[in-house]
Amino acid sequence: MALSDEFQALTKSFSGFGVDEKSMISVLGKWHKDDIKSYRKESPHFVQDDRLFEKWVDPRVAFLEHEFLRFKNAVVLWTMHPWERDARLMKEALDGQAYGVIIEVACTRSSEELLGARRAYHSLFDHSIEEDVASRVNDSHRKLLVGLVSSYRYEGTKVQEAIAKSEAKILFAAKKNADKKNPIEDEEVVRIVTTRSKPHLKAIFKHCKEINEDVDDESILAKTMQCLCTPQTYFSKVLDASLCHGADENTKKALTRVIVTRADEEDMKAIKEEYHKQHGVSLSKNIDDVVNGNFKDFLLTLIARGD
Amino acid sequence: MATHSVAEDCEQLRKAFAGWGTNEGLIISILAHRSSAQIKLIRETYAQTYGEDLLKDLDKELSSDFERVVVLWALDPAERDAFLANEATKRWTSSNQVLVEITCTRTSDQLLLAKQAYHARFKRSLEEDVAYRSSGDFRKLLVPLASTYRYEGDEVNMTLAKSEAKILHEKISEKAYNHEDVIRILSTRGKAQINATLNHYKNEFGNDINKDLKTDPKDEFLAVLRATVKCLTRPEKYFEKVLRLAINKRGTDEGALTRVVTTRAEIDMKIIKEEYHKRNSVTLDHAIGKDTTGDYEKMLLALICHGDA
Repeated sequence: MALSDEFQALTKSFSGFGVDEKSMISVLGKWHKDDIKSYRKESPHFVQDDRLFEKWVDPRVAFLEHEFLRFKNAVVLWTMHPWERDARLMKEALDGQAYGVIIEVACTRSSEELLGARRAYHSLFDHSIEEDVASRVNDSHRKLLVGLVSSYRYEGTKVQEAIAKSEAKILFAAKKNADKKNPIEDEEVVRIVTTRSKPHLKAIFKHCKEINEDVDDESILAKTMQCLCTPQTYFSKVLDASLCHGADENTKKALTRVIVTRADEEDMKAIKEEYHKQHGVSLSKNIDDVVNGNFKDFLLTLIARGD
Repeated sequence: MATHSVAEDCEQLRKAFAGWGTNEGLIISILAHRSSAQIKLIRETYAQTYGEDLLKDLDKELSSDFERVVVLWALDPAERDAFLANEATKRWTSSNQVLVEITCTRTSDQLLLAKQAYHARFKRSLEEDVAYRSSGDFRKLLVPLASTYRYEGDEVNMTLAKSEAKILHEKISEKAYNHEDVIRILSTRGKAQINATLNHYKNEFGNDINKDLKTDPKDEFLAVLRATVKCLTRPEKYFEKVLRLAINKRGTDEGALTRVVTTRAEIDMKIIKEEYHKRNSVTLDHAIGKDTTGDYEKMLLALICHGDA
């Protein structure tokens, strides 16, 4: 490889998604100290210090820490029991006020899986998740989040069609009234979304679409309904956002979270199909293009399970 | 205590239904003295041997109060709670108390089993029915009480107890009884934590919280809040009161009497009896004997002695 190619490969490894261990080893391992010095002089990751040496740019080192940890975090998360995994994800989300993640976990798991996570939460943190969410969320999200993490939905297929229809009207009316009252503060909306079974909610979703095509928007309520009724659509969106250039750390973390938590589920196949439909390329190809190193290989292997 | 074979029990029960009328005495003598685990086996064996559901046969053969106490007793505890809770969602008023009783006096896992039994029997979740059939402040309180899976450990945070006692006192003083935080504390905190908080409440502010919640004796919501507190912290006192009111009511509130006896016989009936004696100067046996008759009375008396061997 020519020196400039090596410069490029190394720079990519210091700034991309995950680190390219092989490049780092083969390039840095063999470079003469003059080559390294040239690199430092040329690279935007270093600044000239007054005392005449090229210094690492601090944020860049912090960035690298995240990138090096991605593989380790993915492996640790993957090996964890799903209950501990979900309990820890929700705790982290609560601490970081990442309510979207709490909604994601509470809504896309089965009743038994969520219950298991709640049990694990007792063991790990000596509190129930509902008491922590209730005491720490002080804004309009509280009722919805407490209801979602406490839910133990009926998992059978029986649906009361007439009730589903009338509840669809309630949701639709709340959405229309959104500029006067936040839908997630509406008692009836919260009741329906936090207690009804998923088949029932899917029936409601269907009726909502019949009343009004434009059901997709970015509101919390829409995201919640998406997680409950069409999780593959939700996950496909989240994955795509994580692979976008310039995504922030919280958005990037979703890549590990979604793939590790859904890899063994029925979901993954549906997610891959939905992703391909929405974006025209396969998820694997996108990951291959954007992500580096061991982290990439691990993710690709997880996605390919069950193929 | 003589050992009985399950097969013998089934045969005897079958005999009790045979011919005209029913040998209620035989039914009492068998069922009242079996644990819920043993009754489960009996039901299974009965179904295998005779191709019929024991409960349906009981339903056919027995009448009203007596039937109800026998059928409730023969249900598995989780099924029983699910059945009672479902009944409560269909009725108004005093049924709120039943929902509080079931969701607050059971352990987290007992409540969970009841919810699973509810799914199986009613093809819906308890939470969705409670939510759908209640409204306003009652819904705000009852749905979280039904949904919660409380931490059951002994870990208590005294700083939290202090701060939450303060919050409770503040809201109660402002008469904001339905305030989010009041409901949050009562419906999500573990029982040990709530106990610590309410002890601190009394130490710091002078009164028992239930005394401060008695400002309007006619307010139904306050009554439900008081019941919640009592069920969470002193269930045996709560049950003593329910029994006392049920027995002294003109006539007798058989519903409440049957419910408490069948649901607590295997749990804390001994403590409830002690509480009853202390509060009323007569034994519960005596009070039931005075106020009820026939087979219903016999069954109740047999059940309240269930644990005494």
